[in-house]
Amino acid sequence: MKEKEEDWSLVIEPKSSLFDLQLKEVWRYRDLLQMFVTRDFIAVYKQTILGPIWFFLQPLFTTITFTIVFGNIAGISTGGVPPLLFYMAGITCWNYFAACLTATSNTFVGNANIFGKVYFPRVITPLAIVVSNMLKFGVQFVLFLLLLSYYIFTGADVQPNAYLLLVPLLVVLMAIIAMGFGMLISAMTTRYRDLQFLIGFGVQLAMYASTVIYPVSGIPEKYKTFIMANPMSSIIEVFRFAFLSSGSFQWMYVIYPTVFAVVIFILGMIVFNKVEKTFLDTV
Amino acid sequence: MSTVIKVENLSKQYRLGEVGSGTISHDLNRWWHKLRGKEDPYIKLGEVNDRTIKGTSDYVWALRDINFEVKQGELLGIIGKNGAGKSTLLKLLSRVASPTLGTIKAKGRIASLLEVGTGFNDQLTGRENVFLNGAILGMTKAEIRSKLDEIIAFSGTERYIDTPVKRYSSGMRVRLAFAVAAHLEPEILIVDEVLAVGDAEFQKKAIGKMQDVSKGGNRTVLFVSHNMAAIQALCSRAILLKNGSVWNQGNVKDMISYYLADNDGAERKSYMHWKEGSRPGGESIEIISIHLEDSHSNNNEEFYLDEEVYIKIRFKSKSEGARINYSISIYGKGEEYILASPSINDPYYRIPLEEGIYESCCVIPANLFNEGDFNISVLLVNNVNRVICHLEKIITLSYIDNGKKRGNYFGTWNGLIRPELCWNTKKVE
Repeated sequence: MKEKEEDWSLVIEPKSSLFDLQLKEVWRYRDLLQMFVTRDFIAVYKQTILGPIWFFLQPLFTTITFTIVFGNIAGISTGGVPPLLFYMAGITCWNYFAACLTATSNTFVGNANIFGKVYFPRVITPLAIVVSNMLKFGVQFVLFLLLLSYYIFTGADVQPNAYLLLVPLLVVLMAIIAMGFGMLISAMTTRYRDLQFLIGFGVQLAMYASTVIYPVSGIPEKYKTFIMANPMSSIIEVFRFAFLSSGSFQWMYVIYPTVFAVVIFILGMIVFNKVEKTFLDTV
Repeated sequence: MSTVIKVENLSKQYRLGEVGSGTISHDLNRWWHKLRGKEDPYIKLGEVNDRTIKGTSDYVWALRDINFEVKQGELLGIIGKNGAGKSTLLKLLSRVASPTLGTIKAKGRIASLLEVGTGFNDQLTGRENVFLNGAILGMTKAEIRSKLDEIIAFSGTERYIDTPVKRYSSGMRVRLAFAVAAHLEPEILIVDEVLAVGDAEFQKKAIGKMQDVSKGGNRTVLFVSHNMAAIQALCSRAILLKNGSVWNQGNVKDMISYYLADNDGAERKSYMHWKEGSRPGGESIEIISIHLEDSHSNNNEEFYLDEEVYIKIRFKSKSEGARINYSISIYGKGEEYILASPSINDPYYRIPLEEGIYESCCVIPANLFNEGDFNISVLLVNNVNRVICHLEKIITLSYIDNGKKRGNYFGTWNGLIRPELCWNTKKVE
């Protein structure tokens, strides 16, 4: 009996090419992606009384706290924007980024149990995280819009402008950077658990090294390069500029995060793909 | 019938010991070799995976050069002792782990039931979990929706289907999980020890489902189990793995007998032999050996339920005139005292012996005990009431089920003994 090579629908080999994204496979498992997203979204708030309202409360309280601590007590300038709006813009963005990054960086270690028993394209897991967090981001974004319309209605000095068109791009950039970074770290933690500790406080510290609590204009010159190296700084700045017309806009603020996103995503993907095949032996 | 799975030179290497700072040096070395286009320096290392012997290398081959083919519609059994590589092979086939060398080629979708209920979320209801679990196993939403009623009915959990899974009993969980898995319709199904879950009624359902799957003729099942009765009844062909290699393959009956006959490495428990000087007994009588035999005088480790077993006690009478008798006691695994049998009907019972070597034989009839291990104690008495020696639980008698007397039931058969009682139904009115 002779079999032609192309007859095989599945060939399992030790190595695959670096850029094998298995897009076909991912597409075939799109229903799984959807199930994961629903699970993440629903399961968290089961057996709570307030349910999805927690999506609102969390950023709201953080914003209020920031306004009191950084605005009123520390007296950090918000560049003329109402502090509530200023902080909420930053927090909404940062929350999305941080939630995606923390969750995706735990992909392998946290799912070792399920990965050890069933095959599906592993990349589904980080994708689901990014998508389900986007839903949460959406809810918080609505809250931000409500607050914004209240301020516009009461005549505060904020006005959205044409740069709003960039906002979808900003969200995608945040998703890609968080996912790329997360996959990279997740892949590396399978061998070296040290990174798990790092990511915990690293994300927290990185917030202070971004423009969440201060505007770009408020950064002392000697720290500027360092803080702008954080791609989230530019993203948040553009986000604020688009909605509040506060601060400044440079195309560099869009180009830099885009390049950063592409590089980190490719790197993350390569490492993730490589580890996907062997992680069970080392995790 | 065409070949649906072809496994070629499949090998899997594992690193032993802990992953620590030592790993990074090996990683770097490996990367350095790769950079210069050289072979992985650690790929040549590694030993046969015999966990009982202390090895010299940190690398071990869980599988080494496995080759086999599976035809469409075949129900293939994979057997082997613990550590033979069965689970590793299944992991590679189901793409959970990836091979170190070699390839697996397959036609069609492979689904595996390595462990049912993977990815169940406690907070979600039974229904939601059916969708989630189905999707994890590779079903589309539409497929699940069309089979939902069937799945729920099969699991027998209708009443709880809209309750969070965390309120389920463990049995209900497993039933629901298996129901989802059983309704997968892959071309190739990999099953690992499903028989270990659920109660008897459910096991029957599960086995029935597996038989249905392969009866269609287009779908292939790979079945791994330690339950020889199930393997023999379900599979036509088997692969026998040993220390990570295919030791033998072919007809399922032959493979099972090879599997049972292979005892090296394990402690021999059906044979006891004492060297001169250390023999139990007294100044007149000493025991040389005690062992178990089948009707062909083979000293097996395991016996089928439906064969006679002979306990043979060889002893030396050192002086003339000893009048001995024996008594054996048989205990179950849980220390239950099942029976005692003194040698009253032995022609030599209390008859004076001459000097020389004798062999006493006690026959255990077929179809008396159930599957499992039984410990046998031997008591040797001289001159009616003087105990010469009492060898407690000196040998172990293991019975296994060859499935011949089971009918269609593959679940656990309870009880310590399993005699065939007579059944007869008559029409009386």
